[in-house]
Amino acid sequence: MRVGDIFTESLRAISANKARSGLTVLGIVIGIASVIALLAIGQGSTNSITSSIESTGANLLTVAPGFSRTAGPVSAGRGSARTLTVDDATAIATDVGQIAAIAPEVDGRYQVVAPSGNTNTQVIGTVSSYPEVHKVTISEGTFISDVENQNASRVVVLGSTVATDLFGDPATGGTDPIGQTIRIKSARFTVIGVTASKGGTGFNSPDDAIYVPLKAAQRFLAGQTTYLSSIGVEAATQGAMTQVQTDITDLLLSRHKIADSATADFSVINQADLASALSSTTRTLTLLLAAVAGISLIVGGIGIMNMMLTTVTERTREIGLRKAIGAKRRDVSVQFLVEAVLLTFSSGIIGIILGWLVALALARFGGYQSQVTVFSIVLAFGVSALIGIVFGYYPARRAAGLNPIEALRYE
Amino acid sequence: MADSTAIEAGVAAGDRRTASGSPMIRCENLFKAYASGTAETLALAGVSLDIASGEYVAIMGPSGSGKSTLMHILGALDTPTSGEYWFEGQNVSELSDDELADVRRTRIGFVFQSFNLLPRATVVRNAVLPLVYAGIPPRERQSRAERALHMAGLEESLWSHLSNQLSGGEIQRVAIARALINDPALILADEPTGNLDTKTGEIILEAFERLHAEGHTIVLITHESVVADHAQRTIRLQDGRIVSDRMNGRRHAFAGRHTPGQTEAKPPMAAEGPVLAMEPQSEVPT
Repeated sequence: MRVGDIFTESLRAISANKARSGLTVLGIVIGIASVIALLAIGQGSTNSITSSIESTGANLLTVAPGFSRTAGPVSAGRGSARTLTVDDATAIATDVGQIAAIAPEVDGRYQVVAPSGNTNTQVIGTVSSYPEVHKVTISEGTFISDVENQNASRVVVLGSTVATDLFGDPATGGTDPIGQTIRIKSARFTVIGVTASKGGTGFNSPDDAIYVPLKAAQRFLAGQTTYLSSIGVEAATQGAMTQVQTDITDLLLSRHKIADSATADFSVINQADLASALSSTTRTLTLLLAAVAGISLIVGGIGIMNMMLTTVTERTREIGLRKAIGAKRRDVSVQFLVEAVLLTFSSGIIGIILGWLVALALARFGGYQSQVTVFSIVLAFGVSALIGIVFGYYPARRAAGLNPIEALRYE
Repeated sequence: MADSTAIEAGVAAGDRRTASGSPMIRCENLFKAYASGTAETLALAGVSLDIASGEYVAIMGPSGSGKSTLMHILGALDTPTSGEYWFEGQNVSELSDDELADVRRTRIGFVFQSFNLLPRATVVRNAVLPLVYAGIPPRERQSRAERALHMAGLEESLWSHLSNQLSGGEIQRVAIARALINDPALILADEPTGNLDTKTGEIILEAFERLHAEGHTIVLITHESVVADHAQRTIRLQDGRIVSDRMNGRRHAFAGRHTPGQTEAKPPMAAEGPVLAMEPQSEVPT
């Protein structure tokens, strides 16, 4: 039997019962489309997490204070201890190699008041290297200089969101924040710059923060303290991060006179670890969702099998006739198998297009990040063809095995 | 090669029948048993017969006589439980399913009582269906379909009609064209007029006689003696055995070939009452 004839016969058989073929195809289409859309959203959120983490500093290590174990068994929680000092930061900068930049910081949330509005935001006291360490760019004005830090000048750089909150959107007639004075915890600060928006969301958005000189923060906001909330360290290269992490840990352990690293009063957090932890979480969730979609594919496949079995029963006489006029088992089984595969394959194509559209629509209107990968398309094609073969095989075999005499007598 | 074997087989068989030519079909003591529950039913209980190339044979018998079983074996749709069936010098009783399919595809054309056309398909597509399995290129199919449909006597205006737009007689002529299209050695017709009124039945029988006149070998199964009388030779079956095998005394005007025992030609619509069924027959031992 010629290949062209096999396809012609199969297409005729499929089009002979359009409603049933259509409904059966729909089952697979929905399955494939959901797999494509879910994988796209999963990939998209992995990408956005990775890029948002990278945007806060690719080779970033964060040194944070550990538990405070001042007296008694009561732990005040991680990060509460006052163990990190500016001297620690200076020691890291001088003693640890392969460091590109280091930015100690003192954080706090305060009410920030401008003449035209007020907000409650994170105030970060830091030094001039902060923009390099945390990949912050300045869109207007300048960032804090070393001189301003040394003098504990009362100057402030606003995150783009805070600038809009306090002074309005410049595009819609807001005032230019540069040169304006704002009050932070009753101290007056002059705005010298605004950061460019980084588009991050969630806690610790770099856009929803303001930056003041470290010394000014220690003097006017944190209350004459020399302790730090954290130290951001940018390693020179991605490969050096582990070494830098170890070096910092060793240095601080000896400076804090702690012998056992298990009781360290600080922790060094690797941004890359965080990134991989987050994306593996996302990947797990994506796989979970795709598995649910995969179940719907199996259900769709059973639908195909059901339809093909019905077709074989319905067309028993026709199969008998074909065999009587000389069709071999193989001719009959190939025809039914091709029918099933044609159904699932066309479902696969429609499903991919539909899933892609859903992913695009979710990205456009739902605010999700989505990315359709070549992998998911290949997967969808492969799975749909496989479903056709697996669920078409049994009905095809049944058709091929029919006895022509009995098939012709079938009522 | 196959032909010479067939001729030798014919000579060896001693040419029991009166028909001349090489025996295309040779059955030796065919038995066919069906298991029904615990008991076995014998559908064929020792059938031996020869059919020569170019013969027009009717197989008759009441229901349950084994005539359908015999036709299935002759048509290579089934194999006997025991006994041998030689078709054109080939022992068909020993072939596998796929080899049987080869024989059916290349050498045998079927016409069924219930027509069995593909639903919602055109006349031409129905007629060329065997060519699809024979691997004939599409461009050759059309010309062969035209020839076969002409031979079956179907008007050209109907060729592009769908099978469900045709009358019973037209459908059966499409089925005959389909049986002819592979230029088979043997045309097997199972009650081809069974679902048709008498007048339409006559048209179909005329078509068979025309084919016979052109040299085709035809085996027709029927339970109507009126139909059987169109053939040259009638074999009667009862309880799985041949009870009579005779040359028909009367032949149709359409029959082009002279056969022994042929008498006056008759017009097709001549009254042939049930009397014919009771005509004296030459009994043969089975």
